[in-house]
Amino acid sequence: MMTALLLFWPALAALLVLLVKGQGAKRVAFIAALVEFAIALFAATTFVVAKTAPQFELSVPWVERAGISFSIGMDGISLLMVLLTTFLVPLIVLSSFKHDYKKPNAFYALILFMQTGLIGVFVAQDAFLFYFFWEVALIPVYFISAIWGGARRVAVTFKFFVYTIFGSFFMLAAFIYLYFQTPATGIAPHSSDINAFYQLALDTNTQSWIFWFLFLAFAIKMPVFPFHTWQPDTYTEAPAQATMLLSGIMLKMGIYGVLRWLLPVVPSGASQWLDVVLVLSIIGIIYASVIAIRQRDLKRLIAYSSIAHVGLISAGIFSLTEQGLQGGVIQMLSHGINVVGLFFIIDIIFSRTKTREILSLGGITQTTPALSICFMILMLGSVALPLTNGFVGEFLLLSGVFQYNYVFGAVAGITIILGAVYMLRMFQGVMFGTRSPETEVFADLTFNEKAVLIPLVIMVFWIGLFPSTFLDISEPAVFNLLNIIQKR
Amino acid sequence: MISIILLAGFGIINLFAGFLKSNRMLLPLAILFLTIVFGVNLFSWNDPQSYFNNMLTIDNYAVGFTGVMVLSTLLILPFSQRYVADQDENLAEYYSLLLFAVMGAIMMVSFENMIMLFLGIEILSISMYILAGTDKQRPRSNEAALKYFLMGSFFTGFLLFGIVLIYGATGSFDITTIAGTTIGPDGIENTMFVMGLLLIVIGISFKISAAPFHFWTPDVYEGTPTLFTAFMSTVVKVAGVAAFYKLMDAAFASSYSTWFPTLIAITVLTLVVGNIGAAVQGSVKRMLAYSSISHAGYLLMALIAFNERSESAIFFYSLAYSVATIAAFGVLKLVTVQRNDESFATFNGLGQTNPLLAFVMTVSMCSLAGIPLTAGFFGKFFVFTSVVEDNSLIWLVVVAVLLAAVGIYYYFKVVIAMYMHPAGNYERVRVTSLASFVLIFVAVLTILLGIAPALVSDLI
Repeated sequence: MMTALLLFWPALAALLVLLVKGQGAKRVAFIAALVEFAIALFAATTFVVAKTAPQFELSVPWVERAGISFSIGMDGISLLMVLLTTFLVPLIVLSSFKHDYKKPNAFYALILFMQTGLIGVFVAQDAFLFYFFWEVALIPVYFISAIWGGARRVAVTFKFFVYTIFGSFFMLAAFIYLYFQTPATGIAPHSSDINAFYQLALDTNTQSWIFWFLFLAFAIKMPVFPFHTWQPDTYTEAPAQATMLLSGIMLKMGIYGVLRWLLPVVPSGASQWLDVVLVLSIIGIIYASVIAIRQRDLKRLIAYSSIAHVGLISAGIFSLTEQGLQGGVIQMLSHGINVVGLFFIIDIIFSRTKTREILSLGGITQTTPALSICFMILMLGSVALPLTNGFVGEFLLLSGVFQYNYVFGAVAGITIILGAVYMLRMFQGVMFGTRSPETEVFADLTFNEKAVLIPLVIMVFWIGLFPSTFLDISEPAVFNLLNIIQKR
Repeated sequence: MISIILLAGFGIINLFAGFLKSNRMLLPLAILFLTIVFGVNLFSWNDPQSYFNNMLTIDNYAVGFTGVMVLSTLLILPFSQRYVADQDENLAEYYSLLLFAVMGAIMMVSFENMIMLFLGIEILSISMYILAGTDKQRPRSNEAALKYFLMGSFFTGFLLFGIVLIYGATGSFDITTIAGTTIGPDGIENTMFVMGLLLIVIGISFKISAAPFHFWTPDVYEGTPTLFTAFMSTVVKVAGVAAFYKLMDAAFASSYSTWFPTLIAITVLTLVVGNIGAAVQGSVKRMLAYSSISHAGYLLMALIAFNERSESAIFFYSLAYSVATIAAFGVLKLVTVQRNDESFATFNGLGQTNPLLAFVMTVSMCSLAGIPLTAGFFGKFFVFTSVVEDNSLIWLVVVAVLLAAVGIYYYFKVVIAMYMHPAGNYERVRVTSLASFVLIFVAVLTILLGIAPALVSDLI
């Protein structure tokens, strides 16, 4: 019941927000998102960590004759993803308070509606339900980006939309195929339940092509090199809130898909292609980092840094080690927190100076102690300095990759150096140095802005200092996944 | 059965109602008649009966498709309301012809005898030839009617030849008898039979505008008044596909290996031509014409899968497709009547001037593109599942999936125009309250079927 509440409350709230006239919509949306976070926290307190099976389960027939059911539930990984989503969405809504978007009711309703899709992806226990929410999450963010975005928004977001749908159609085709391989249950000839998929015994050749069908969908979403071409443009053109939703939460859908629907479903197909995927991921890390160093636009820089981080997560997960998977899960949280914070700071800078060019900024630290501290902490978290959240994730991920292959690990490790280069270079260019005409007058954080950044900063340290709070939650689920992968 | 008789009677009554002074009563009358037929039709559910020495069978298949077609017509009619103001003394005839066309369509889904199939197709087609030309002042409408008539008669010839050859080979028009005698005494199919089968396949492919027999479609759809284009691309197509499946299932199931290669070529070609063609169109109406070709392709996919899922897949897809297409043509008609332009730019800024129309159009486009939360997604889903069941046809699903991605491209061109381009000089489009009601109904139905497909998918 809890999961159903989590799932439907945002959709319901979205309808409510639609009815609100004027800028009051943002407040209603914020309260609704807070309520959702409270529900998620309550679910977390009643969650039994030791159990590997999904909890708060609900399963009702959806297309009964075909064996498709509306079945949802949460294990540790799902719970962490739901917590991340419900934690970030109110902050993202709050971060938009200084903008007066046209048609605010539609804007905020779409955000909340997207939240339903995102949560649905993380709690779905049925392949077709997963696919259903996968697309439901995409449509609102497409409209948010395409309607409220920058000058080139139409063409850019259209590419993003068609690209990701193209990938997910392959996922659908693979799911349909897998569905027909499942045995009959009750009156239905087949079943699309996740456990039915986990029990499939397919030969390696079949698994091999199904792997690519599914991987294509997830790789485009993450995005993994060379499927990343939609991402920098989309992040740059989308309005700040959509960029936060895309980078903070939506790309986790792809990683979560790999964990839940790719590796355990076609393990021997995956093991055939591990080398290829790792090489692609590592190319992505180096390639995106090098490009990030060259970027002048702040948003593009963070966009490329995001590709590099995701590349490392993907490499760690595909190492199929406990450290790699655990690191992947924790890094999903850290990356979500850091990237949302950084994009918000860029939004703050942009709304005050009307520029995102590093060269035309500088000297902001002089008048803005609060902003500088928050920016620095988030930036260092992103660089993976010890004591911050990024360190935990990257350490685990890299140790996973090292166990897989020393050379891969060494090359992937360069990301730490390159990451420090582009991040520090950015921070230096924006915050230190002499003032430019654009930054002559620069006010420090307002109350609302602090209200967004301080929770994020707290989370940077929390995950950095006490990662076990979160690692313990995901551990049984990760063990369970590894068991399933190795058993088959 | 009763619905066929009723429709014939109502058609004639409607014709005489043309003598009344006022045209105002005609639309409510037609809607009333169709509602009665819709209701009466439902009484035959789960009560299969055969009539006239086995010429017609009203089973659940017939009742289901009759329901879809009558509902489609009911939903199309309210958009004719503007006709009352600016057209024309022959209004009664148009409504009567529509009623007759529906009657023909019902015969096409309930035939048990090739003669009835042929009669149904002809009653439907002849009505449509006339309706295509009803915009008498516009040369394009005349061109459409003439083209449709000439091409249509030509391909009706194919169909008739096919039926005759089948009769020659099997000695019967009755489809169950044909099914029993498809193979000659020497154990192989006789050449006359194969030729007849091929000619019938070509004849019906033309009627559902499957490639390579589709070339009339864009021109005819474009020239025909939008109201009747909507009818053509829903009722006519659904009737054609339903009749096609019934014929193949009941009469030619054992010759599967004979017609399968032909039909699979037609299907792939239809998908490619429809989707690629639609992607390069500059006019929304032509885009919808090509899109209707592509949807014929998806429907044919379910047909060639030819297993126990096909029937239900075709039924669901027909309903989803019809509902979304009616919304699309309905909005198109309302918008073009006022803005006098059929290019994508006509829709510019509709999201600001008419949020309701834009929303309904978006739902319809998403449904046609097969995006979840809409009926079209489950339509495609059921079609693809029926095809994947046969492992050797997975490549076909891959082709269809790639082309469906192309589909998103052209459907979203409309959405982009509505929400992301400024309205410019365009003013708010006036919508009658009846039309708004229908549009809301259609959008709700599309979303409802996208959330709870089991409401319909378990029926047939």
